[in-house]
Amino acid sequence: AYKRFSELLPREERENACSARVPKSQILTLPELRANPFQHRICRVFSTSQDGDDSMSFEDFLDMLSVFSDSATSDIKSHYAFRIFDFDDDGTLDRKDLEKLVDCLTGQEEESRLSNAEMEQLIQNILEESDIDKDGTINLSEFQHVVSRSPDFARYDVFQ
Amino acid sequence: RDYQQADIKYLSGWKQWKRTSSKSLKKVLGEVKELSSYLELWRHDIHSIEGKFGTGIQSYFSFLRFLVLLNFIIFILMFSFVTLPSIIAKYGVFNSSFAKIPPKNIEPHCTVYEPSGSKGLTYFYTYLKDLLSGTGILEVTSLFYGYYTIDAAWISILRYNLPLAYLLATFAYLALSLIWIIKRSVGGFKQNLVHAEDPFQSYCNKVFAGWDFCITDPHAARLKHRSLQYELKTDLEEERLKRKIADRTTKEKLRIYSLRIFINIIVLAVLSGCFYSIYRATVFSQENSTVSIRHDVRRLSANLLVQYLPSIVITMANFLAPQIFSLLIRFEDYSPAFEIRLTLLRCVFVRLASIGVLLVSLWSQISYCDNDECKACGYNYKLYPCWESEVGQEMYKLMIFDFIIILAVTLFVDFPRKFLVTHCSCKPVQWCGLQEFGISDNVLEIIYGQTICWIGTFFSPLLPAIATVKYFIIFYIKKISLIHTRKPAARPIRASSSNFFFLVVLLIGLVLAFIPLGVSIAYIPSSKACGPFRSFNTSWAVVPDTILEFPKGLQQVLYGIGSEAFAVPFFLVICLIMFYFIALAGAHKRVVEQLREQLVMVRFDPLFCTPKV
Repeated sequence: AYKRFSELLPREERENACSARVPKSQILTLPELRANPFQHRICRVFSTSQDGDDSMSFEDFLDMLSVFSDSATSDIKSHYAFRIFDFDDDGTLDRKDLEKLVDCLTGQEEESRLSNAEMEQLIQNILEESDIDKDGTINLSEFQHVVSRSPDFARYDVFQ
Repeated sequence: RDYQQADIKYLSGWKQWKRTSSKSLKKVLGEVKELSSYLELWRHDIHSIEGKFGTGIQSYFSFLRFLVLLNFIIFILMFSFVTLPSIIAKYGVFNSSFAKIPPKNIEPHCTVYEPSGSKGLTYFYTYLKDLLSGTGILEVTSLFYGYYTIDAAWISILRYNLPLAYLLATFAYLALSLIWIIKRSVGGFKQNLVHAEDPFQSYCNKVFAGWDFCITDPHAARLKHRSLQYELKTDLEEERLKRKIADRTTKEKLRIYSLRIFINIIVLAVLSGCFYSIYRATVFSQENSTVSIRHDVRRLSANLLVQYLPSIVITMANFLAPQIFSLLIRFEDYSPAFEIRLTLLRCVFVRLASIGVLLVSLWSQISYCDNDECKACGYNYKLYPCWESEVGQEMYKLMIFDFIIILAVTLFVDFPRKFLVTHCSCKPVQWCGLQEFGISDNVLEIIYGQTICWIGTFFSPLLPAIATVKYFIIFYIKKISLIHTRKPAARPIRASSSNFFFLVVLLIGLVLAFIPLGVSIAYIPSSKACGPFRSFNTSWAVVPDTILEFPKGLQQVLYGIGSEAFAVPFFLVICLIMFYFIALAGAHKRVVEQLREQLVMVRFDPLFCTPKV
């Protein structure tokens, strides 16, 4: 893991990799993140940088690897997945977050988005399935409940 | 990291040592696991396929790898308990010997068996013919049942009961396959049960767990986007369709049901047509395949064609029937998901039942008896002095032909198609386009091959080795074909449901393999001219004979287990346990519902909202 992190840094900073911070543009060149539609959210969530430029230190990088590895429990994975999907960082997934999520999944081009009516129907169905307290948003515990019963969620192991 | 360093200062020496030792143990275990994952067959190949084509296709290749391992283990089992002792006894290694005890109370004409081995001058194409049809030179090798004509063997000084070992090895490989498949499918079953319990979870599953984080290629990512969009759109459309179906009038319902009954009758007619043609082809092939005395090339190829006729007819039926079914099902007006499932079910039935029909027609030929001499032996001794070898040869031919077809389709259909599409830009060719990788078709193909292997291993103990090599080569053929000539499917199957589906169909194949084997072992008289079961009526008869040699006490115990006084209470206890688990599952479900309601109440309950003073 340390080797991959230091490869992202420019040559002169390599010896100091433990304390250096890698800018976001470099992180996005990782093959696993390059094709991922949630790349910006992943960088935002795992970065602990104070200036909001989404750069990552070695600890942040390790955090990211450990969450995406085989040995992370589904609790941890679902916690971080919730934070990644929460586009406006308000602690709940409301309609706008779900809309942005579905747009990310179907692709960024104009013709690949769902129509308004389809989007409405889809979000209605999602909220019906997962919103237990019927407040129109999905909070962390509802999300974890719904995800624990998803058979495909456990396959979030990226970095081999 | 700062927390860890602060902790270390406060811990005593013993706790520190414990912590460092557990850390190093974890590290060692992690490295061992990493090393053992390098030993896993094709790990890198399957991972790269997953990255480029998604988890659905990857599950097909994992399934193929599972079958390679299963066949290899079955081969090891049969080889070490059946073939190896026979070879040791026949060649006299370690002072071993064997005895061929002629069976008592049997008419002498039943015991005449002269396989035409290599007699003097043989031409090259007879070798080829023998290789392809299992007769001649191959018939007398350890590949087929006829080689094991050993009634008692002594390895050094120990007596080795070969007939019993042969039968027990057969049961062992069937049991091993059953247990291994069930073990693999239990995980998928649990997930499916959870998934089916709440059928309205499908949207959340698709949206929250939909993106495959293993994709590294931007091209594949674009395809995944498109497939997700397609999936969501089809699901929403299905929901709209369901609402439309619920609003149907009675007149429309009547029309649709009568149409469905009519189409099912057509399907049954198609199936019976296929089965009848397989029956006639087998009968024709058995009646007309003669050992060529004159070394004539034309005779040779015609003879080979006749020998392979059942395989050809089965392959054609397996190719045509799915096309017809997918054409017919459009008229039946089902929801798209149900359409796929019903077509798959029909295709599975065609593939597996055609093997059954082949075997039934073979047996009708073998047990066809029209004179007293034949009745004395119990089977048609003139044409089939060693009928188990014949059945083994048919299974061998089926397997070889299956392999040849897969090779031929890849070489002569896929690659030319790709060549045409890339170099010829005329409209019809571009409209045809590249073929998708049809996961269900390919899976049915290999399950068909595996069923043949299971049935054939009793008659031909080295067949699993051929199956292992065949699947090994097929992996590479399919991988190359996938990478170079296929476009990814527009409608992907999810990995979780497809794993379970593959294993369920494989289980159906295994259960279907039990039936012919059971009938052969227990009902049809074993051939008196060859094989380890010469001195017994049927192959199963070796078990009661062995039990009679046990000490009295053990015999009593075994009789007790087999009697009704034991079986009926045992069955009742099993039923009780099953009902208990069903009731428990129902109770858990009710508890989950209650807790969900409580969760809703908690939000509005003032008792929980006010902080404790």
